[in-house]
Amino acid sequence: MRFHLSEEQISIQDAVRGTLADKWSMDILHKFADSESDFDQPSWDALMALGLAGILLPDSGMGLLDAALVCEVAGEAAAAGPLIGQMLAVAAVSRSSSAAAKAHLEALAEGTTIATLALGDSAYVPCARAAQFFLTGSRDGPISLVEAGDGVSIETVRSTDRSRPVSQVSFDGAITHQLFAVGDPMAGKLFDAALVLIAADALGGAQKCTDMSVEYAKEREQFGQPIGQFQALKHQLAQMALEVEPARAQLWYAAYAHDADLDDAPRAAVMAKAHLCDVYVRSARAAVAAHGGIGYTWEYGLNYWFRRAAFDRAWLGSPSEHRARAADMAGW
Amino acid sequence: MDLSYGEMAEAYRADVKDFLSTNWLPAGDLRGGELKKYIREFRTKATEQGYLYRAIPKIYGGSEQPVDVIRAQVIREEFVRARAPMEVGGNGMNMTVPTLLEKGTEEQKDLFIRKTVEGEYIWGQGYSEPGSGSDLASVRTKGELSKDGSKWIINGQKIWTSQGMQATHMFMLVRTEPEAPKHDGITYLLIDLDQPGITRRPIRQMTGEEGDHTFCEFFFDNAETPVALQVGERGQGWYVSRTTLKHERASIGSADGLGRQFSKLVELAKETGRIADPVIRDKLAQIEGFVLSHRYTSFRLFSCSAAGEDPGRVQLMMKLLLTETGHEIALLAQELMGEYAFIEPAGAGGRGPRGPRGPEKWMDQIMGSLGNSIAGGTTNIQRNIISERGLGLPRDVIAGGGK
Repeated sequence: MRFHLSEEQISIQDAVRGTLADKWSMDILHKFADSESDFDQPSWDALMALGLAGILLPDSGMGLLDAALVCEVAGEAAAAGPLIGQMLAVAAVSRSSSAAAKAHLEALAEGTTIATLALGDSAYVPCARAAQFFLTGSRDGPISLVEAGDGVSIETVRSTDRSRPVSQVSFDGAITHQLFAVGDPMAGKLFDAALVLIAADALGGAQKCTDMSVEYAKEREQFGQPIGQFQALKHQLAQMALEVEPARAQLWYAAYAHDADLDDAPRAAVMAKAHLCDVYVRSARAAVAAHGGIGYTWEYGLNYWFRRAAFDRAWLGSPSEHRARAADMAGW
Repeated sequence: MDLSYGEMAEAYRADVKDFLSTNWLPAGDLRGGELKKYIREFRTKATEQGYLYRAIPKIYGGSEQPVDVIRAQVIREEFVRARAPMEVGGNGMNMTVPTLLEKGTEEQKDLFIRKTVEGEYIWGQGYSEPGSGSDLASVRTKGELSKDGSKWIINGQKIWTSQGMQATHMFMLVRTEPEAPKHDGITYLLIDLDQPGITRRPIRQMTGEEGDHTFCEFFFDNAETPVALQVGERGQGWYVSRTTLKHERASIGSADGLGRQFSKLVELAKETGRIADPVIRDKLAQIEGFVLSHRYTSFRLFSCSAAGEDPGRVQLMMKLLLTETGHEIALLAQELMGEYAFIEPAGAGGRGPRGPRGPEKWMDQIMGSLGNSIAGGTTNIQRNIISERGLGLPRDVIAGGGK
């Protein structure tokens, strides 16, 4: 019986964290946020050099839990790039029987060819202008890999999340490789995997909001003492930690249940997405409140996580939509 | 990750099942003394097999097993499945015995451990006082040495003692050095409660609970205990009281109580015809998010314990998460009850037969959830612990005073 991270899993997280500390500093994030770009090549290349895009290959020896641990660190750093879409495109293409799609598998798994997540009904797609492929489809199938170019229209919009800018995307006659047909159970599994990875991003972001608030409370002095000594603030920070840290194990379970193909895996994914995204939004609000004025400035940077929380919450359905599904799935 | 216990554990499980199937067969007509005797004999056999009292040395009636949280978990699961009795519970097993094993004299161990394990001695906790709740180290119950130096003479009052009407003995914190800083002036004493200088009285609770099975307050008027029953050094009682049972404490089932309560809440929503209401469905799933976090964190703590690794700050959060989620359950239950809230449930406060009870029974949980967030360290004290020990925030100047 083992239900905590292995040394290997922790060292993968450390490697991703170290890479992003170097290639995705606050200075770089600030510059990117004010640029017109929806993609950052240097940080992407550095992440891809770690082999992250191939984590969900069938023979990688890893699984959704490992992918989630990576997404958690990406969320913590507010990293740019379509990491979730890339990993899921590799997962989908590698398990499909489409020879045309599989011709791109090697480049997708290396991250030299970029794919982004466009599942569901939403027209808003992150990193669309940088993507060469879009993973599209619905929960009941079909799931397809759509090639960028003719038949794909991309309209730039002003994005709330400055780390993963979205565009409005529509498809009309684009080159499409169907990966899974209507009714194929892989379609639902891909959706569930996407929910778990978004929840992982939310966990990392919520943790970051808590950590930033705790560090600031130790440094900032008012009335002649660190504000972290005032019980009112201490209790707010304890509340943030109370929401984030126990939710970590809930996320692990959702990912583990998916990997082990347990019966409750689909519901665990839905519950994790709803719960973690709520936690992230609350943590981001609490973090701004805990910081006071500095947290309300653009310069301090906390707003990037606040904005990312709004993105994660809305992506592939809001918490209340997922809770409605969870209620149905429980047979209530 | 892997939630199976492994082949060795499953082989062990087969042994435990085998033992239970031949040794736990109480006849349905066993009552009173006969049933007690049967249970006592069963516990002795189970201890001989190494299933019970695993942390207790053999010389004191335990089975003295090496620490193995997986085996302990398998034993717990199979005993629960078979509805077989486990160890005698209460403060004696949870507090007195581990404290004596770590800090007691040979004489104290000989006097008390076996009789506590066998259920003959029942222990009350003498910590809280009317003036000392969260600020426990401010206790004022006084201990003074008799002229010949052989006895402690005790005067003062203790409160919130569970099983107080049944208790035969008490472990208590008394102030013996009034001039010392507050944490350093306390001594830990064991005392026989059957003596003229001690009066006990049940406390009637907000639930209406009273009589033999509620908390008690104790009045000490020149009560006495031999100096030989002082545990640890004089003036070091505060630190003696920090000893807790670490042996195989982690268990997978520790979070199941909350899960069971949540399932009952869903049943209540069905029973009162509210389950189809989208608002109720959303609220239920919101609460379940915290229930699942609690459940899978208990898996994580168990796993760390089995591997001998420190799980870190999350272990400080379990009580608060449990009680906060209990409040959410109480609030939704109160909504779901509707007019059943007019009726006090049968048997509330331990009075009279409980009989069959309808949705009004939730008033027990609704009030009880408040008791849970006071007992064993209030909610605000838990928040202090999480922020100071867990997040490393500076200690509160006043609460940290005296040390």
